[in-house]
Amino acid sequence: MFGYYLELGLRSLRRNPALTALMVMAIGFGVAASMITWSVFRAVSGNPIPDKSAQLFTPQVDSWGPQQNLKGEPPEALNYVDAMALMRTHEAKRQTLLYPVQLSVLPGGDRSLPIAANGYAVYGDFFPMFEVPFLYGSGWNTADDQGREAVVVLSAEFNQKLFDGANSVGREVTLEGHDYRVVGVTGHWNPRPRFFALFGGSGPFSDPTDFYLPFTRALDLQIDTAGNNSCRGSLTFTNRNDWLQSNCVWVSPWVELDSAAEVARYRSFLEAYAADQQRAGRFAWAPNVRLRDVMQWLDYEHVVPSESSIALLVSLGFFAICLVNTIGLLLAKFLRRANEIGVRRALGASRREIYTQYLIEAATVGLAGGVLGLLFTALGVSGVGLLFPPEIARLAHLDLSLVGLTLVVAILATVAAAFYPAWRAAKVQPAWQLKSN
Amino acid sequence: MTVHPIIAALHKHKAGVVLIALQIALTLAIICNAIFIIGQRIERVSQPTGMHEENDLFLITQQWVSAPSADDPGGLEKLDSMQQTDLATLRNLPDVASAAPIRSLPLLRSGSVGGIGLKPLQQKDTIDANYYYGDEQALSTLGLKLVAGRAFTAADVQHKPMRDQGEPVLAIVTKPVADKLFPQGDAVGKVIYLDSSGTPTTVVGVVARLQSAVDTAGSSLTWYSALFPVRQDANFSRTVVRAKPGRLEAAMRAVRPALYAVNPMRVIDDEQGVRSFVDIRADAYRADLGMAILMSVVCLILLSITAAGIVGLTSFWVGQRQRQIGVRRALGARKIDILHYFQLENLLIAGIGAVIGILLAIGLNLWLITHFEMDRMPVIYVLVGVLAVLALGQAAVFVPARRASNVPPVVATRAV
Repeated sequence: MFGYYLELGLRSLRRNPALTALMVMAIGFGVAASMITWSVFRAVSGNPIPDKSAQLFTPQVDSWGPQQNLKGEPPEALNYVDAMALMRTHEAKRQTLLYPVQLSVLPGGDRSLPIAANGYAVYGDFFPMFEVPFLYGSGWNTADDQGREAVVVLSAEFNQKLFDGANSVGREVTLEGHDYRVVGVTGHWNPRPRFFALFGGSGPFSDPTDFYLPFTRALDLQIDTAGNNSCRGSLTFTNRNDWLQSNCVWVSPWVELDSAAEVARYRSFLEAYAADQQRAGRFAWAPNVRLRDVMQWLDYEHVVPSESSIALLVSLGFFAICLVNTIGLLLAKFLRRANEIGVRRALGASRREIYTQYLIEAATVGLAGGVLGLLFTALGVSGVGLLFPPEIARLAHLDLSLVGLTLVVAILATVAAAFYPAWRAAKVQPAWQLKSN
Repeated sequence: MTVHPIIAALHKHKAGVVLIALQIALTLAIICNAIFIIGQRIERVSQPTGMHEENDLFLITQQWVSAPSADDPGGLEKLDSMQQTDLATLRNLPDVASAAPIRSLPLLRSGSVGGIGLKPLQQKDTIDANYYYGDEQALSTLGLKLVAGRAFTAADVQHKPMRDQGEPVLAIVTKPVADKLFPQGDAVGKVIYLDSSGTPTTVVGVVARLQSAVDTAGSSLTWYSALFPVRQDANFSRTVVRAKPGRLEAAMRAVRPALYAVNPMRVIDDEQGVRSFVDIRADAYRADLGMAILMSVVCLILLSITAAGIVGLTSFWVGQRQRQIGVRRALGARKIDILHYFQLENLLIAGIGAVIGILLAIGLNLWLITHFEMDRMPVIYVLVGVLAVLALGQAAVFVPARRASNVPPVVATRAV
């Protein structure tokens, strides 16, 4: 029966081409607008490290006080003094500090001019904490951190640029005039949004980074942050050492805490640390600390551009209007055939059969709308660069799941829209129709 | 013509009426807010930065390789002489009108923000402001309009490490800053204190306007800016260059070879190293423009779909009521009466939809305010929206209504 109803549906669609075209266009536009904006939204709002996002936390300590802080919230990074204090106590199983750096490198080959390379100064725990995959070699260990070793981990992309992708472990790289020994080359790794380094530097959706070097080594070489440096109040420093001791925040800390008990313990440790600072006279205010995990941190930092959410909402509203429109048109279309329904009912068709027939007819409309929507979506996805910066626009792409979703949403939405018109059609009284004929 | 029979007839088509009204209500809610967003974005995009002939400007950002540290005196002097050499080289280029060291530019989305107070060691600064640092040529290169006082002279210009927080001696502020701090209009010669410091800074000039370098989301910080006569030395440098009229591309092309010839030990990024201000502006406003375009497209499609929906449903009603129309015509109704009937019917339905739509529109606006820091929508947008949907309804109903008015009276005598 399904095949027969499908054929009936298709035949009926051909009967009023204008009405059919209108419905198909409405569904097509509605579903395409929703899918285009959804493809961007799902890319920017995703979980960058799903299996560990609940174990990774970034501690915040209010070193600015109620007069200067961010409306009651502590600063979004740590100053040098607090960062080093947290690192020294080693309260978490794994922990790292990090900040973005930009160093020049001579790539070799036919290019004689130096290029800028972007990287992060991190501790050895960074690699296991964030599950960085390795192609060759590995990260460095705590002894290397303490030894302030001149070692470096390259990304697969940067290794391709410098060494044509060969195993470069043990080779030397010169960054900003200083030599480093390569100890590892990561596989392709670029969590987006780049949750661990949101305090300036490369944006949350940028290309993979180039290298990682020990935090301790970067300090020794006095490499400045390429990210944000945010200070408050009366500033008196004139050189690097005074700056390090100042309230300027620029270091992002991360800790790994595996259980709720560990999280609670770390939180009370942070409170105790801030209380100590208050007793010592460094802070003139009560402890004000935060411990946010990855998703809470992304939410707090507003990583999803508000354009993306607004666009998605507007598109969904648009889709809703298209569906209301479709309900009206389907109603008109179905009731126009009241005679035909009356005859079928008089010949013994049950209400259920009428109901099924018209739902299937609606599904064919949905399918046609979905196919058209797919076409619009493909066009629109290539045009999202109009609305979003290139690094975000690149994230939106038409993949198999989006194709499937477009078709399924179009068909389901149309069938849902057809419930009422089909019910009305099934309610047609056969006697009435036959009489008026 | 009385409304009574129309309402009686509408009772027979409850579903269709509800659907059209609902569609009009939703359309109204979305287009009011969309047009409001479009208006806001366009207003933001078209506001002037305060720089004259800004399309001739471009920005050079370059980084020294193995630069000496600006923290020790020898390194500082070395960095400064390197920067001075670059400036001289750029100023000598044939297509360059002028050049100045600069910390940032309006809309660059990277800059320095500090506080300005009126008393020494003030606990909380009076206002937040953008800090711009440049030399005696900065004002003329940027093309700022001086409305009071004087520009900086070469003797005013200090050079310091970028990290040095010692307060500059002199400042030029924008008119909004002057008006806020010195409402009597006598800012020139007055003393201000930067970042709660105890050291005074004297205001020597006031410029009409200079937009913020950072994204201020429309706050007062957008127009609070101050320019200091300081050439900052660090391991990187930024220079704003004004090309001679019409020579922008030639000037931008000449930069890299000229600078590399002076000193090859530097990085000028392939994409971000030399950027025209037009490009910086386009980047800063991409989202705003994109949003305006998206909203316009959505509005257009929405209006067409709603119109098409009205046409479709009204045509169906006309078809259904052929007989009644014929009877009415046979009983003496004129064509124009039939036409008016359908027009009035549509006006009624659209009116109901519009009333619901006004509520929805205001609700949506309030929701956007709480979730996306949007502004309150002025009532005029809702009124214009109401007129638009009513007009749309009338336009859409015209074709089927005319078809209805053309139904001949003889239909009444035929069986359907």
